[in-house]
Amino acid sequence: MIKKVMSPLRIIAILAMVAVVAFAVPAQSKNLKIGFSMALTGPLAGAGKAALIAMQIWKDDINKKGGLLGRKVDFVFYDDATSPSKVPGIYSKLLNVDKVDLVVSSYGTNEISPAMPIIMRKGLVFMSLFGLAVNDKFNYDRYFQIMPAGPIPKDDWSRGFFNLAMAQSPKPKSIALLAEDADFALSAVAGARRHAKRLGMKIVYDKTFPFGSPDVTSVMRAIKAANADLVYVGSYPGGSVGLVKAANELGLKAKMFGGGMVGLQFAGIQKNLGPMLNGIVNYDFWVPEPTLNFPGVKEFLKKYQAGAKGKGVDPFGHYLPPYAYAYLQVLGDAVTAVGSLDQKKIAAYIHKTTFTTVVGPVKFAKNGEWAKTRTLQVQFRDVKANNIGQFNKPGKRIVLYPSSVKSGSIKYPYKQ
Amino acid sequence: MITLELFLNAVVAGLMLGGFYAAVALGLSITFGQLDIVNIAHPTFVILGSFVAYILNQNFGIDPVLIGVVFMPVFYLIGTTLYRVYYVSFERTGQESLSGLAFFFGLMFIIEVVLILTFGVDYRLVNAAYIGKTLHIGFLDMPFRMLVPAIAATIMTGAVVLYMTKTFMGKAIMAVSQDRLALQLMGADPIKVKRIALGIAIATASLAGALLIIIQPVEPSVGRLYIGRIFAIVVLGGMGSISGTFVAAILIGVVESFIATFYGPSWAPAVGFGILLLTLAIRPQGIFGRA
Repeated sequence: MIKKVMSPLRIIAILAMVAVVAFAVPAQSKNLKIGFSMALTGPLAGAGKAALIAMQIWKDDINKKGGLLGRKVDFVFYDDATSPSKVPGIYSKLLNVDKVDLVVSSYGTNEISPAMPIIMRKGLVFMSLFGLAVNDKFNYDRYFQIMPAGPIPKDDWSRGFFNLAMAQSPKPKSIALLAEDADFALSAVAGARRHAKRLGMKIVYDKTFPFGSPDVTSVMRAIKAANADLVYVGSYPGGSVGLVKAANELGLKAKMFGGGMVGLQFAGIQKNLGPMLNGIVNYDFWVPEPTLNFPGVKEFLKKYQAGAKGKGVDPFGHYLPPYAYAYLQVLGDAVTAVGSLDQKKIAAYIHKTTFTTVVGPVKFAKNGEWAKTRTLQVQFRDVKANNIGQFNKPGKRIVLYPSSVKSGSIKYPYKQ
Repeated sequence: MITLELFLNAVVAGLMLGGFYAAVALGLSITFGQLDIVNIAHPTFVILGSFVAYILNQNFGIDPVLIGVVFMPVFYLIGTTLYRVYYVSFERTGQESLSGLAFFFGLMFIIEVVLILTFGVDYRLVNAAYIGKTLHIGFLDMPFRMLVPAIAATIMTGAVVLYMTKTFMGKAIMAVSQDRLALQLMGADPIKVKRIALGIAIATASLAGALLIIIQPVEPSVGRLYIGRIFAIVVLGGMGSISGTFVAAILIGVVESFIATFYGPSWAPAVGFGILLLTLAIRPQGIFGRA
């Protein structure tokens, strides 16, 4: 009798336990959400969309391994339209409405800075993608930046260009500085200006030009008239293309030309400019030279190039995508090592660790920048017309700096 | 230091740049200046023209200027269709001022998104034998990349001026903005006149887009950079005056070139808009506008 009375109770108890387990299991295995804004339209969308492809490759890779902390990884992201004013609202929504577990940045200095106040208020670790010296203004100890600019980003950015120039004989004596009027380019040229002053060079031209100027022929003519030994430029894709074309059309006679020109890293632009690029010394972050063949990078690029087909983005993905993959590698490795989402512990772990990534070993300095600069200075060589495939092979962008990954010597002056 | 060589080169570079500005502003001069339609999407149609030139240039190696000319009838049809929608939805009901503006804003975003979904967001460029080469006359340097667009733009503007001044329909287009009722009394249909006018305006975007992609790389949203500048040119030239638009474009081009060469390129837009404000203060109707 007692047995008969106990049975329903036992059944209810078992059902209750099953219910608890049934509800508890989904709660524990709820996907881990990483939130970010990204430039998917607007002037920087080419880079933003390429970055997103790389990030999704990382997400697929990590989920194949079981995710992070036993949870599958999901992305929650919004298009910031390359508009800095949209960024704070996006991160507010990510944190307060979408309740994401981790955040990473959009692409580029102009899109990273506006997110900083809200990220800092929440005390979150913030992995950022290609921001130049953003943390100089904020001094946030949970900020980490994946672009290998170096611990003094504004100066390290152009250090290689000047080291190369000063190693030539006779040493260059004068320089022209030109910046497109936006945050990154201005910062890059500010560093170049300091180097020029430090080295006692005569600055014969130092101007800015409006972002998105349709034609820069007059600007290049004024630079040519200044007759500088070196021409250092900070510019964005449209301006970079115009300046390279104008330099060829007007016959610029500088001994070194380039520096911080965004766009010359993209295959479509490289193909169009073709031999006009020959001799230009410009920054880059990854090129298919044997000295930069880090473990995993070729496998990653193979996946990227397959994923990029038909998407209207850079087909090779040398410039940004490996770093977009790597900044999530760093975050993922740190979360796994710490074993929780404790932001303080994650930040402490990132500070003390050297990470193995597809862009090589990554160690951060106290300010969240790379502990040692690896901003490449590459020189275009032997570029042929109308051949995009050549840029996916070694020999077209020779690494001149830093010496640890050098693949050749400079051809100087840049145009005979 | 100002030398004769720099001075003359700055003038020539300004003329070429201004010629290109005229091509982009020409369509807006018709829609905004003559039809009183605030077609804020005009630069986006220019970008559409750039992408048409890009596709045919990259796939068949056809010269971009030729593509721009050949596709003008297609853009004309787009323009006339657009006017039908605009008229039925807004103008007929008297809602064209605010709703019409919103319509063209929306259109701008739709075209941009369609371009992004179709072509992606990478920068696109064209190839032509003359790009990268320069015509040297004495110490004057004229890159063909700028010279060809300037010549093409001048021919297009001249053709439109001729059409407007020498044909019945052209005169009707100029009249429709001034006195619609009088035009009806003369036996012309203002709706048809406006439809043709918007067709012509959008047709100019086909060539302007081809010229743009010769000069600079293009991605779907790059047209936004031109909105302020071309509206300023149309207002400066005088609402409704195509010749005025051309002169204003040349003026802005030359001023920008001078500022970029001798002072600081960053000042160029500010000085350009400064001239606009100064002109409007002295002559509110613009350089060639009627009081």
